[in-house]
Amino acid sequence: MARRDISRPVAITGIGILTSLGEGREENWRRLTAGHSGITRIRRFPIDHLRTSIAGTIDFLAIDGQDTPLLTLEAACRVVREALAQSGLGQPGDFPGPLFLAGPPIEHEWPQRRSFAERARSTAYPAMAAATQVSNDAHERFLNGFIADRIADEFGTLGAPATISTACASGATVIQLGVEAIRRGDAAAVLALGADASVQPEAIIRFSLLSALSTANLDPAQAAKPFSKNRDGFVMAEGAAAFVLEDEAAAKARGAEILGYVLGCGEAADNFHRTRSSPDGAPIIRCMRNALADAGLDPEAIDHVNAHGTGTPENDKMETMGLQAVFGERLASVPVSSNKSMIGHTLTAAGLIEAGFAMLTLRDQLLPPTINYREPDPAIPLDVVPNQARPARVRRILSNSFGFGGQNTCLVLGLDAA
Amino acid sequence: MQREVWITGRGLISALGEGGVAHWAALQDPARWRAAVDEKSFAPFPIHPIAALDLDRFISKKGDQRAMGPLMHYAVAATGLALQEAGLAGDGAALARTDLVVAGPGGERDIAVDEQILAGLDQAPNQGAFLNERLLNDLRPTLFLAQLPNLIAGNISIVHGVTGSSRTFMGEEIAGIDAARDAFARIAAGQSDAALVAGVFNASRWDMMLLYRPSGLLLDGPWQPLWHRHRAGMALGSLAAALVLESPDHAQARGRRAIAKLTALQADRSRRTPGAAVLAAEQQWATAATHLRRGEVGLLSGACGSGPITAEERDLLAGWGGNHGGIPVRGTAGAWGHAVEASFLGNLALAITCLEQGELFPPLDPNEPLEAPWRGPALTQMLVTGWGHHRGEGLALLEAP
Repeated sequence: MARRDISRPVAITGIGILTSLGEGREENWRRLTAGHSGITRIRRFPIDHLRTSIAGTIDFLAIDGQDTPLLTLEAACRVVREALAQSGLGQPGDFPGPLFLAGPPIEHEWPQRRSFAERARSTAYPAMAAATQVSNDAHERFLNGFIADRIADEFGTLGAPATISTACASGATVIQLGVEAIRRGDAAAVLALGADASVQPEAIIRFSLLSALSTANLDPAQAAKPFSKNRDGFVMAEGAAAFVLEDEAAAKARGAEILGYVLGCGEAADNFHRTRSSPDGAPIIRCMRNALADAGLDPEAIDHVNAHGTGTPENDKMETMGLQAVFGERLASVPVSSNKSMIGHTLTAAGLIEAGFAMLTLRDQLLPPTINYREPDPAIPLDVVPNQARPARVRRILSNSFGFGGQNTCLVLGLDAA
Repeated sequence: MQREVWITGRGLISALGEGGVAHWAALQDPARWRAAVDEKSFAPFPIHPIAALDLDRFISKKGDQRAMGPLMHYAVAATGLALQEAGLAGDGAALARTDLVVAGPGGERDIAVDEQILAGLDQAPNQGAFLNERLLNDLRPTLFLAQLPNLIAGNISIVHGVTGSSRTFMGEEIAGIDAARDAFARIAAGQSDAALVAGVFNASRWDMMLLYRPSGLLLDGPWQPLWHRHRAGMALGSLAAALVLESPDHAQARGRRAIAKLTALQADRSRRTPGAAVLAAEQQWATAATHLRRGEVGLLSGACGSGPITAEERDLLAGWGGNHGGIPVRGTAGAWGHAVEASFLGNLALAITCLEQGELFPPLDPNEPLEAPWRGPALTQMLVTGWGHHRGEGLALLEAP
């Protein structure tokens, strides 16, 4: 566990967001606070036989071809440009700090496998390996380091770019990595980036086979229903977000506008089971408490929770139990929103996108709603900001990200440095 | 605050065996490590496979064994060895505060299912519908869990109880360097007291051949010594390596000593224009060189064997040695294959054994002048390089405690 170290406040000076709701921080925020859904029927590939045929895709990017790594890269580039433009830090192609990327694992997909088989006139792997020749460029595209590598090239980040996978917590983990690097004095600025555009048949089916996805295909916009009694799984989605993080003193010295602060980060791993979280909620409770301790704050200092809130029966029950343990009776007066009710679960990018929305919540003193909340679950006595955004006084937000496979990360975000 | 970073435990599993002692023994005799090269199973690509593990020794529950493929078995086994040596195995309270940092690729695909689906796709009237139907019926639900890179760490947490935190780095060779650097930097700065860092790679996979062969990177003929291969020069090797890193205070409070000190660890990524990797490495050298004692230094290179970049590194290392009274080098991929994400950590683990032995093992490639026999007094410092086949340059300095 990281020792509490708040001697060097970490400021946020640039935010870029792209989701199924659209491109750009302001457009996303406008639609999110209006309670719009980005979930639609999948059009990217045939949906025959699929148990789940809906997702939050970013097809509006309209790149050539179907490769999800290229789509992920395009989304990543756009949010980085937006964050850099807002921060005003560095020069084009010359960002003065390291890159931490939360990205999906990359491997050949079915279109590639089919083209290899066609060329080899064989469907056997040995024959495909023997017959296939590709350029360096095509080789790079299916390396796990591909996206970080291209971002480093295009934006000129310093040093070795890191690509992180802590599953659904990845986006929060890269913020934590950035905060740690700045607190150590390794960097005065960091580019924290999350991007995930993984909606392809095998990915949907893998999650389907684990019974993790909502099958409410008839009305896509109403499928994601976190904290509701009739919730039936998450909706897979795509998106990206970028943060420019800076040492507060360095940001002030260059006259940058500070949007807010990352006050604390906490982690805790769950070793109960590969797909189920600890029944006593201990790891997520520890994770939230670690984040609060790192920020030097008591739970009373938190005004709002940006929940992990996937909409799976298990997550929402366990997250509620964890929140009850951390906040006690006060939880009744701490509003809890799930952005995933509108944008779906953006997987490795979720932690960053949702931290971005948390910063906009602080800026506009407006809580985004949890939409599709029609059937309250008596086991979940939360104020979920049902269906409509709500003005509120908010100084500090707890943002939760709980990874599939046991990796949990929580962030405390604030308007002020302490 | 900058603290020393101690290594208090290591695990190492490769084609050469399990543990530092087994590796040292295998490296004494070229016939022994040469015999571990498998030129048949993935012909024409020679590989360096890990021999079948006695899983019951490392993973007591059969259900846990079944939930993983070989990649994750290797990682769990190597981390188990490291925790054992560090005296942390079974210490629930300490493990709950230990930070886990892993570097690895995705796990094994079900190759037979892939091939069957590809064969059927050709004849299917509606290919998209066919693909969906076959995947839904043929993929084992739990296969996903054996494939996600973050489940390497997930399984280590489940089997060994390491739960302080959990981070997985992806991205080929850089991932291993990043993972080691993350743990090193946090402990040096006081952001962590104890970390288990691991890297893993399984070479016995046709999907890996299909990833690395098409751009002409794999050695595809008889096995050859490492340093003078063509561009098609990588022979992949299975490897899992793990280190327990601790602050001195934390180790001493447990009554443990360092088996080695990790003095410096740097990571960079040049754009690989001609000379760029050398320039990055020269800057790293400038930092590390201030610590070096003439005649007491050896170097394990992570050179992958792909001709052009391996030749660049060879020339650079010759220059370093020339300026420093000779630094004998061993290109370990020549003996255990190129282990991509696990390469850098594997060399860190083997470097500890060299420090313990006080010398380098015999040359792997007697015709390469870099690989001079160790003739000095005691070896007390080990450099480790890690250059990715595509991107990434790392350099570490380990010292005898």
